[in-house]
Amino acid sequence: MSRATRAAYGQTLNELYAQGIPVVAVDADLSGSTTTAKFGAQHPERLFNAGIAEANMTDVAAGLALAGHVAFTGSFAVFGTGRAYDQIRNTVCYNRLNVKLAPTHAGVTVGPDGGSHQMLEDIALMRVLPHMRVLVPADFATARAAIRHAAVTPGPFYIRLGRAGVPDLYGPDGVTGIDPDSDRFDVCAARVLRTGSDVSLFACGVMVSAAIEAAALLADAGVDAEVVDVMSIKPLDVDTLVASARKTGRVVTCEEHNVLGGMGSAVSEVLSELCPVPTRRVGVADCFGTSGKPDELLAHFGLDKHAIAQAARSF
Amino acid sequence: MALADTVFDSHQVKARARLMRLEIIKMLTLAGSGHPGGSLSAADIVATLYFGGVMRHDPENPDLPDRDRFILSKGHAAPVQYAALALAGYFDRGKLATLRKLGSCLQGHPDAAKCPGVEVSTGSLGQGLSIAAGLAQGLQLAGTTTPAADPGQTAGRTPPRVYVLLGDGELQEGQVWEAALYAAHYGLDNLVAIVDRNGLQIDGQTESVMALGDVAAKFADFGWDVDSVDGHDVNALYAALTTPNAAKRPRVIVARTVKGKGVSFMENQAGWHGNAPSAEQCEQAVSELQAGEDGAAATPATTSMGGDGA
Repeated sequence: MSRATRAAYGQTLNELYAQGIPVVAVDADLSGSTTTAKFGAQHPERLFNAGIAEANMTDVAAGLALAGHVAFTGSFAVFGTGRAYDQIRNTVCYNRLNVKLAPTHAGVTVGPDGGSHQMLEDIALMRVLPHMRVLVPADFATARAAIRHAAVTPGPFYIRLGRAGVPDLYGPDGVTGIDPDSDRFDVCAARVLRTGSDVSLFACGVMVSAAIEAAALLADAGVDAEVVDVMSIKPLDVDTLVASARKTGRVVTCEEHNVLGGMGSAVSEVLSELCPVPTRRVGVADCFGTSGKPDELLAHFGLDKHAIAQAARSF
Repeated sequence: MALADTVFDSHQVKARARLMRLEIIKMLTLAGSGHPGGSLSAADIVATLYFGGVMRHDPENPDLPDRDRFILSKGHAAPVQYAALALAGYFDRGKLATLRKLGSCLQGHPDAAKCPGVEVSTGSLGQGLSIAAGLAQGLQLAGTTTPAADPGQTAGRTPPRVYVLLGDGELQEGQVWEAALYAAHYGLDNLVAIVDRNGLQIDGQTESVMALGDVAAKFADFGWDVDSVDGHDVNALYAALTTPNAAKRPRVIVARTVKGKGVSFMENQAGWHGNAPSAEQCEQAVSELQAGEDGAAATPATTSMGGDGA
């Protein structure tokens, strides 16, 4: 089954409020696309549409958090981060407020809307902010887990959600057999989805399923790849990443983001200090996106299983 | 001392405002940098809020759930809020001498994590009205919801009021007008904005840098109820600040002020936006303020730079 991570948003807010968590949401004229409208349909008094005004949306959320609510914001990743960066830095993060940014439509899988709407720098922008936590879920079930974790953990969060459907990897229908509803599921842990000895594939977001597929291609070629889902980019599960890198001696990072500043950079920063190993970063090569279908764009920008497998064989 | 039941006394408020101006000058002189002009222009506004019985607040219980809130959107005027908070007893007055110094709770711009009585850190202009709108809305929501979703346990009570002080130059930030639309759209009738209309900004007169025109008319067009007052007349300020909002209407008070008010050589001088006085200038300013025109006796003992915590 294939579902978009954004589809988890409004639905999970409803679950959280039903459990007594005082969630509110502010959107910027995109509540249908972000799915916060599903929350508004059940709790119209707790969803506020700010109109096309992302800076105001973000600071209104800050004010709602000051009043004791758990404030989520909508919008698209490109506007929800870049358009409101000063508000996120100087108000949300500087005050360490209970604001959870979960914009949707990140990355090239936005598709035909083109480069203006395909946010490829958001992980970089968000992870350098003090107090900010950054989560990039790979599928519907982990998106839901990320939203739930953010709602009950004080302080700012950035949760990167996507527009396009992605295969269910977790939960009852998932290939990993891992249940994010389990008490043992740790949102902040890097998760080893396939053990291997020759190369480590560290992936996040839509690239996790591509990494799993790449590992199958590599196995056919006699390369035993380890696949790790790095959903939490900040905090980074350093122990798991270092252990994997130490075991395999080669790392490929895989993300639907500029190769500058994203998960690959975060991993490289840590490994260069603790366990320097040859590393390849699969991502968008410091350029803007372009119009096309999501699958076409993933192939066009070298973000598919073939690109990952090729990188893994390039050492 | 709980200030929730303070009765307005114009002489008392004027005396506090004058004392705040003295503290502003002294702390900025010691700091060697900072923003005197916009701190002095706002002193009567802030004194009326804190010492005129306008705001419900308690220095001994800064987190009182149903306190009224004050947000200093023009965060560079931090000294005016610090002076009010110190005089109200939120922290020891001696701390004013640490303004802008390493390790101080009195950061160059207000830091809520460090300074008791500061609701939210500010400093980047244009954001305070949005924050205040969200806070006002959140406080309304808290009062109308189930206990499980009512963090302040304020169900059934009148929502606290949120007062936010903006500079006039700050109105050039587009976000202010996003927030103005928002507050009117959602009918935030526990929100009161005050514009410190001193007419000057760093580069000169607001009307020559980027003309604001008729600020009151602009807010009225955005759906706000508007009052325009002399921002140094504490009686007028008290009347404006205590007028209840009409149902479902945010209020703005455009307070005409003089930048640098109370210090002759600073008044109406854009150059005093962001420069600290020298020791000699401080001396002159202090003597002018102590010989102030409001008739209240100067009280040198309570303006000592060391602070006495009283």
